[in-house]
Amino acid sequence: MPQLGESVTEGTIGRWLKRPGEPVAKYEPLLEVVTDKVDTEVPAPIAGTLLEILVPEGETVRVGTVIARVGEHDERAEREGHERAEREGHERAGAAAPAPATRADGSRNTYMSPVVARLVAEHGLDLAAIPGTGQGGRVTKQDVLRYIEARPAIEPAPETAHAVAEATPGLGATPGGTEASPPAPPPIPDDAEIVPLSPMRRAIAEHMARSVRTAPHVTTVMEVDLGRVLAHREASRAAFERQGVRLTLTPYFVQAAAVALGQVPVLNGSFTEEGIVLNRRIHIGVAVALDEGLLVPVVRDADEKNLLGLARAVNDLAARARSRRLRPDETQGGTFTITNHGVSGSLFATPIINQPQAAILGIGAIVKRPIVISQDGIDAIAIRPLAYLSLTFDHRIADGATADGFLAAVKQALEGYA
Amino acid sequence: MPEINLLEAIRQAIDEMMAQDERIFVFGEDVGRRGGVFRVTEGLIDKYGPMRIIDSPLAESVIVGACVGAAMNDTRPIAEIQFADFIAPAFNQIVQEAARIHYRSNGDWTVPMVIRAPWGGGIHGALYHSQSIEATFAHVPGLKVVAPATPYDAKGLLKSAIEDPNPVLFLEHKKTYRLIKGQVPEHDYRVPIGPADIKRPGEDLSVFAYGLMLHYCLEAAQALAAEGVSVEVVDLRTLRPLDVATIIGSVRRTSKALIVHEDNLTGGFGGEVAALIAEHAFEQLDAPVLRIGGPDVPAMPFAKPLEDAFMPSPQKIAAAMRRLAAY
Repeated sequence: MPQLGESVTEGTIGRWLKRPGEPVAKYEPLLEVVTDKVDTEVPAPIAGTLLEILVPEGETVRVGTVIARVGEHDERAEREGHERAEREGHERAGAAAPAPATRADGSRNTYMSPVVARLVAEHGLDLAAIPGTGQGGRVTKQDVLRYIEARPAIEPAPETAHAVAEATPGLGATPGGTEASPPAPPPIPDDAEIVPLSPMRRAIAEHMARSVRTAPHVTTVMEVDLGRVLAHREASRAAFERQGVRLTLTPYFVQAAAVALGQVPVLNGSFTEEGIVLNRRIHIGVAVALDEGLLVPVVRDADEKNLLGLARAVNDLAARARSRRLRPDETQGGTFTITNHGVSGSLFATPIINQPQAAILGIGAIVKRPIVISQDGIDAIAIRPLAYLSLTFDHRIADGATADGFLAAVKQALEGYA
Repeated sequence: MPEINLLEAIRQAIDEMMAQDERIFVFGEDVGRRGGVFRVTEGLIDKYGPMRIIDSPLAESVIVGACVGAAMNDTRPIAEIQFADFIAPAFNQIVQEAARIHYRSNGDWTVPMVIRAPWGGGIHGALYHSQSIEATFAHVPGLKVVAPATPYDAKGLLKSAIEDPNPVLFLEHKKTYRLIKGQVPEHDYRVPIGPADIKRPGEDLSVFAYGLMLHYCLEAAQALAAEGVSVEVVDLRTLRPLDVATIIGSVRRTSKALIVHEDNLTGGFGGEVAALIAEHAFEQLDAPVLRIGGPDVPAMPFAKPLEDAFMPSPQKIAAAMRRLAAY
């Protein structure tokens, strides 16, 4: 339906002046259109045969609606239809998109789009094994996804081997020990969105799941009065500024943990089948939250640094973690980890141990609370800045009393800070 | 909900806002007794009088310049540029003044004004009544550029634009004025400036458009659905600020992208969208990013066959969708 005026949005077919099959010359009147403004003859935009009338006389349609087809003649149109159908199965000519590279013998298209390259690498697939349905036989993203989905049915062998190993006691040498075969993932609802796993997300997922599988986690919590630490920070902040160092609370916790690890060295260790490895050097990882995940850069020889050195190291590592400029070895080799989950308001948490370490110290939010304090036999209610510190430890390495001893040492170092 | 066309939605937005806030006035050519060449402001002069529905001289620099000054003096001007094609004389006032005052005054001053401009072709308007200006102005930081496609969005976005403390260029595709009808609630609502809107969810490819082209894309997507191709159609609605997250989110799912606008291709807004996709979704792409735009000719031709050749059509868009789907 042609536009017959600026404000005309629809038109009614008055009369068709040609019948299907009749030839029509260019600009020859083809039909009459009735609108609320005008009645007008519409000329044929091209010469040819009126192949098909799609809108009958008397019917009103919106401007732009296809009302008829004019072409060369039926036979030709039909033949083209068949050709097109055939072409669609193989290749589309005249695409604006650059044609993907084809191998010299033309047998197989090995071009990989970015998403296909990524999927093939992530899933360790052989491109040649995937049937391609794209242009020139290119393997499309859909092809890869279909292939991945169908794969368990195609390659049942590893699954079976796993099942046999599990059914045979003493043969269970599969990594991860007693892990049951994973249940089928729940079906994804049509309206849900799939957020692809970033390499960092994937690493965190793998690491967290492995840690929980590996170590029996137990958490113990103590409440710590941070009044003296806060006072010390207030008093020292300006002096640190002059050294170019912003003083946060994290170095205090690193320092306290280093002192406590010196007293309870087993928590600076690792569990192995040969025995508990006691690490001589104290390297403390500090978790840094990023938008897309978590990094744990390591403060090396934390017990050998004073507060200024710790503050400098913590600030530098955290800043470089956020700007992605950490060297890989700076997130490795930790012997103990601190996570300051309190910065996001959490009171206490039960974090997961950073394998192969023995324990992780969680710092809860610092909250001013009224508590009863006793001095010289007199009880009084005081408002103190308190935080819950949680220690999650590997029960294979240590028992509750040992862990409590460690946490008490941390508490003592912080509450007695001078 | 009553069904109204896009033009009525815009008139309602102006009317309802003017009734609530007497600082709002309309300034433009023929907006008074004549009600504007498209009749957007028809009847408003009877309601609000000639002090608030003001006929301007035929000088766009005056329309915008006067509104910039008024906006800085506790009014809320709505400037009407009769056709977007005529905006060039006001370029200096918009770009050098309106868009920069907030920044230049270190946040002390703002220019809470709306510049309404009917744009776009396909109405046999020829060189001076068909142009697309969005790419030029979307390039200017400090200026918001809004281009709604449906009556609901037009009304809600115009109200947000009037309330916005900074200058908003509000582009109304003139072919959609009476062609596009839709349901608009009777209660007072807003559509926020910024978020894009997925007008049709799909899985196989993502198409980004605004204004009239959104409707052509929806029509093409409907045709593709019959061929078994599921097309997601995203209405950008706001070009500046642009909803990058929705664009990237859509492409990450479908891995294929097509951008459609009737503005000519070179330096058009589609280039910006394509660049963002290349930058943020490269590893998710399964096909080259395609663009459809008008040809690089100086302006919209008058002759009907040439105008048809210039304008992207549902058929041209469907053909590009098919190419992308088959890639």
